[in-house]
Amino acid sequence: MDTQWPLWEVFIRSKQGLDHKHVGSLHAADAQMAMENARDVYTRRREGVSIWVVESKHIHASNPDEQEAFFDPADDKAYRHPTFYEVPDSLTHI
Amino acid sequence: MVTHPDLQNQFDLQVAEDQRIEPKDWMPEPYRRTLVRQISQHAHSEIVGMLPEGNWITRAPSLRRKAVLLAKVQDEAGHGLYLYSAAETLGTSREQMIDDLHSGKAKYSSIFNYPTLSWADMGAIGWLVDGAAIMNQVPLCRTSYGPYARAMVRICKEESFHQRQGYEIMMTLAKGSEAQRAMAQDALNRWWWPVLMMFGPKDDESPNTALSMQWKIKRFTNDELRQKFVDATVPQAEYLGLSIPDPDLKWNETRGHYDFGSINWDEFWEVVKGNGPCNRQRLEARRKAHEEGAWVREAAAAYAKKRMTNSSNDE
Ligand SMILES: [Fe+2]
Ligand SMILES: [Fe+2]
Repeated sequence: MDTQWPLWEVFIRSKQGLDHKHVGSLHAADAQMAMENARDVYTRRREGVSIWVVESKHIHASNPDEQEAFFDPADDKAYRHPTFYEVPDSLTHI
Repeated sequence: MVTHPDLQNQFDLQVAEDQRIEPKDWMPEPYRRTLVRQISQHAHSEIVGMLPEGNWITRAPSLRRKAVLLAKVQDEAGHGLYLYSAAETLGTSREQMIDDLHSGKAKYSSIFNYPTLSWADMGAIGWLVDGAAIMNQVPLCRTSYGPYARAMVRICKEESFHQRQGYEIMMTLAKGSEAQRAMAQDALNRWWWPVLMMFGPKDDESPNTALSMQWKIKRFTNDELRQKFVDATVPQAEYLGLSIPDPDLKWNETRGHYDFGSINWDEFWEVVKGNGPCNRQRLEARRKAHEEGAWVREAAAAYAKKRMTNSSNDE
């Protein structure tokens, strides 16, 4: 049986001021190796200024089969959007 | 497995509306299987594809060419990794995929079973092989499976450099001495037909195409892509002053496309079956690299484990 290194998810901040964004995954023995591999694989052309690596097993994802029920509390709350409120067209800055 | 009609409907609707399918979404088993086969085959092609070019890194004619070739081959390793990762989201493992490659169960692009005999082949490969790959890959950026589409976007951004550096090599040779021009022409002669085969069997002999199109995994058929490639490449060859080795190649005014001669499909199937000029050599090189790297993988895993235990003892 071959040694299988754990799977890591890679997140990259492409420039200062932007969020880290998921870019893909890779296998590595530990965090340091994951970081170096992420640099070599995902930022060969300066695509990033910061990298996060997270071992995939630590990520918990919502279940798409329960997507409807899970997200439906937001469905009947149109009053959370500015367009819910009528204000006269003649007004500005509101 | 019994298919739940609601889930199947939901899936069909998502595909019809051009919504991406994501890893945890329900998907029909044949869709998953087709994707695992196609994505892993694609990943293997990137990895095996490093071998013919790797063969010339130490013999590149200048430091600039060497640095460029090295960077290109390194990109291909990255492409393999993006694709293996995408395939892993479908529930297969890296280990399984590598085993299938090494046992000969999984395929990779037939083009990489041809030898690279001269430096001009580095030009022809970048120009034609990467050129054909781009034709194939650009529409895959809109393929229905999210992780595959995202990997393709990343790959396509990097491919254009590959094609251009190849064309630059061809331009240099074409403008060079008589011997250099002959080298370039010879490379074109040898690579042209195998490159046309890269797009796969003719549509009427490609049983999986219809389903792949229906699932929007594929966006164009093999023949459509092959035609696009020929139309795009002929003017590029003309610019180089090289001739494409096909007496039947001519512009068809009515179709608005180039007509071209028939492909030797017997050769294609022989290479697919493992009887191409370099099949054995390629697989052997992969197996050897994997086996000889085993101790590195084990050592790194042991070291990581040791560091974990040490740091938990410190607490
Ligand atoms: Fe590639
Ligand atoms: Fe490439």
